[in-house]
Amino acid sequence: MAWLEVVEEKCVGCGACLTACPYEALAIKDTLAVVNDLCTLCGACVESCPYEALVLRKEGAAAAGGTLSDSRGVMVVAEQKRGVVQSVSFELLGVGRRLAEDTGAGLSAVLIGHDVVPQAKRLIAYGADRVFVFQSGALEQFNDEAYAKILARIIRAEKPEIVIAGATCIGRALIPRVAVELGTGLTADCTGLEIQEETRHLAQTRPAFGGNIMATILCTRHRPQMATVRHKVMRALVPDESRAGEVIEVPPAEGDLVTRARVLKSVEETAGTVNIAEADIIVSGGRGMRGSEHFSLIAELAKALGAAVGASRSAVDAGWVPYSYQVGQTGKTVQPKLYLACGISGAIQHLVGMQSSDIIIAINKDPDAPIFKVATYGIVGDLFEIIPRLTREIQRRRKVGS
Amino acid sequence: MNYFLTEEQQFIREIAAKIAREKILPVRAELDEAQEFPWEIVKILAESNLFGVYIGEAYGGTGGGVFDLCIAVEELSRVCGGISLCLAATALGTFPLLLFGSEEQKKKFLPDIAAGKRLVAFALTESGAGSDAGAIQTTARKDGDNYVLNGTKQWITNGGEAEIYTVVAMTDKSRGSRGASTFIVEKGTPGFEFGKKENKLGIRASATRELVFQDCRIPAGNLLGREGQGFIVAMKTFDASRPGVAAQAVGIAQGALDEAAAYARQREQFGKPIISFQGVQFMLADMATQIEAARALVYAVARAIDAGEKKVAKESAMAKVFASDTAMRVTVDAVQILGGYGYMKEYPVEKMMRDAKITQIYEGTNQIQRMVIASQMIKELAGKKE
Amino acid sequence: MNIIVCIKQVPDTTSVKLDPETRTLIREGVPSIINPFDMYAIEEGLRLKEKHGGAVTAITMGPPQADSALREAISLGVDEAVHLCDAAFKGSDTLATSYILAAGIRKLGAFDLILCGKQASDGDTAQVGPGIAMQLDLPQVVFVRKILELKDGRLTVERMMEEGYDVVELPLPALLTVTKEINEPRLPSLKGKMRAKKAALRTMSAAEIGADPARIGLEGSPTWVEKVFTPPHRGTGTVWKGEAEELVARLVAEIEKFKLG
Repeated sequence: MAWLEVVEEKCVGCGACLTACPYEALAIKDTLAVVNDLCTLCGACVESCPYEALVLRKEGAAAAGGTLSDSRGVMVVAEQKRGVVQSVSFELLGVGRRLAEDTGAGLSAVLIGHDVVPQAKRLIAYGADRVFVFQSGALEQFNDEAYAKILARIIRAEKPEIVIAGATCIGRALIPRVAVELGTGLTADCTGLEIQEETRHLAQTRPAFGGNIMATILCTRHRPQMATVRHKVMRALVPDESRAGEVIEVPPAEGDLVTRARVLKSVEETAGTVNIAEADIIVSGGRGMRGSEHFSLIAELAKALGAAVGASRSAVDAGWVPYSYQVGQTGKTVQPKLYLACGISGAIQHLVGMQSSDIIIAINKDPDAPIFKVATYGIVGDLFEIIPRLTREIQRRRKVGS
Repeated sequence: MNYFLTEEQQFIREIAAKIAREKILPVRAELDEAQEFPWEIVKILAESNLFGVYIGEAYGGTGGGVFDLCIAVEELSRVCGGISLCLAATALGTFPLLLFGSEEQKKKFLPDIAAGKRLVAFALTESGAGSDAGAIQTTARKDGDNYVLNGTKQWITNGGEAEIYTVVAMTDKSRGSRGASTFIVEKGTPGFEFGKKENKLGIRASATRELVFQDCRIPAGNLLGREGQGFIVAMKTFDASRPGVAAQAVGIAQGALDEAAAYARQREQFGKPIISFQGVQFMLADMATQIEAARALVYAVARAIDAGEKKVAKESAMAKVFASDTAMRVTVDAVQILGGYGYMKEYPVEKMMRDAKITQIYEGTNQIQRMVIASQMIKELAGKKE
Repeated sequence: MNIIVCIKQVPDTTSVKLDPETRTLIREGVPSIINPFDMYAIEEGLRLKEKHGGAVTAITMGPPQADSALREAISLGVDEAVHLCDAAFKGSDTLATSYILAAGIRKLGAFDLILCGKQASDGDTAQVGPGIAMQLDLPQVVFVRKILELKDGRLTVERMMEEGYDVVELPLPALLTVTKEINEPRLPSLKGKMRAKKAALRTMSAAEIGADPARIGLEGSPTWVEKVFTPPHRGTGTVWKGEAEELVARLVAEIEKFKLG
């Protein structure tokens, strides 16, 4: 049983919670907040109360069962494509290493594929103590059912306290199946993972409501605590090839390889262009570009800088550039060293996808554009004047330099 | 202002507004520039049932009337007064059928019209017969079970794109205006061709074209009403259709006010938003007031027609004249408020101004409307004395 | 073909604004909508029905006011609408939600295909779709951008991947989550809206779907929100105004600095 409690001694009926509630579940009656049936226990009001008068109550929330104390260690679900471990796995090991040290336990990785033992060594270099490798021709390509069964089996056997995976196309397909199979909690797209000192629970922080608010989520009664993290949100450690670790090859159970869905073929579409998720410099265009024909300005500047091209959702929705260019909440999260936002107003949905870039330069003619709130350097001006000049200047310097 | 629309009418407004915002807004400038007919939008309006809002349920419509049509046209025109015409002009061409068609004719044509499968056009105007409709030269000669049409119609909205045409032609020239009749002519009938497509100032996403009849033979069953009733058909059609033109004008005006008000809030001069200047405030206040007055009049007339009022010629003309003059004034002022930007094609108000002009001209110029109003007044005054 | 579409009512996050003073959500005037991604699932369901016959049922779990989302689904052409509504569902996380939806779907009887949007725009977890598939032991493909073929009870689909796409084949019954590339959703029709107004929705409680009280609501949810806070401000940087010439020069200097570093 759970409920939202209004602490009557503290509540002054100020109404701050009314604004915070997304469900119209609160009202003020006789200078007291009253909760109605529409409350979904989302907790948005709790933080909004200046008087700490709202508390989310949950019976038995802190009760720790036997399985909680049995579980130990951090496990990272490594991701491979065409036999190559993807860099998101190294980022997961980076955060996994820290969590392992904070809990005083080991860090393991699970790698599923075909002929991937050599790749397992790289996972050790990036921080894994042990790597469980499952190999089979049947596992060469990602398969929702087989991968989920194998993963659930090794988690049951190893009993890690924490399992983290990439919030990638594969991770998003796979991990929810595993969490259901294990009957445990899963938090998507975490931007922060910390061990709470007193309780040793994993505090999983993620954006909610389109990035407008952040929520910290706990999984207190079940193990493992599972979380996914988007590519480029965490930082990988510097690989240490001399690190010692153990590669444990486990033969997959026959039954785990029997599946209903199968991949007929796998096609790469973005070959030849710079992948924005991996790029060090990104030049992005938004609604201010006014049309697909003007996106060549962005492309030319990107070329001069050796950068990738990105776009805001409105530019993609207008059909000026394909979806694969989209940066933001419903597109890709990027973390380049330099992000140039051209004609992007900076809707919160865009900001959550790029605000952890090292340097952000924004060019916009509207001085009130929200993008300037996150920009390291904001330039108020006409991008149609500025960008071509900038491109020419960079090109000129390139020539001089070479 | 709350006009206490029925739930169905509210749905019509919601649907039309959604289509306007999501589907028409992104293409209006392009279609205007290219003078392209909005077939994609026709499909969407058809799927949404908007082509049937003024047609009875027995014929596949949703059973509303002129008011329902006005709501849809107003809401679409708010975003594009040109694109909305594919619906408004179809309604104009359909009214003769609704008002004078036999049960058989209605059953044959109305379901496809209500479903938006076939567009309609009304063909009265000729090069020598505009305001003076009695001067039309197109003839229809009875020949056994057929009529044979000869002549050329000019500036026909939906011309070339529509499948069904309601055409006014002289069956007996000797009887003058009592010698005209109205016919249904289907696209593809031998002897029925399309002439040149006009290059227009505004409403450029609508098609305006010549219709050419050369010994065009149609079944006698395509006569609407009786022979000699042609002008009565036309006049009754206009009585019913003028609120639609007026609604188009109200929509265009409202769209221009929306743009002007939004711009005035955001545009800063002398360190503050221009909406804080009284000169701009007064302009916006006048625009809003005129639009609301026009809307109230249009709605009142449309409701009267739907309630069965027959004597609506004067009020229908008043609605058309007042709403279209309002649209012209408001759009000119909207361009003024946007200043240099307003004059540029990057902003939509110059298009709204171009679109507004036609509402003062077509379906009876505003001068003709005033003649209608005055002649009705004179009749009423004369009636009182007796 | 019996198709079930899972939908969720969400606040329209595109119109959510932050109070610049308090940095809290401004709720007033934020309309509730069908999760935009679910609109593609509804459309795909309707298209499959139009091509292969059958019926489309929309199902949602949510508070009483979520019935407006179901009515909107009917106005688009959905045949039946099912509302899983019970105070005991409150506070359900993705695990409990997928359990409840799976229990509701099981109650509806035989089906061929379950369609979900790829994720909900308020939670953005993308977990409930695959969760339902697992609860019902169904094969799944997530992030489907195209249905290539439906033949002899087998589906062939394109799944979006980071660098391209996979072509995946699977037997029915199955679950797909779809992306916005898959189609362009239709708008509601007037007749649909009138029908939706009068339509009877089927409402089912926790007891009616036979849900285990220990697996629903906050009790059945392993995860729970400990706190909610507004994201920290990234410090506002420098803003430059001036002539293009000068701005470009300063920009180049900054970029050069970056390239050296």
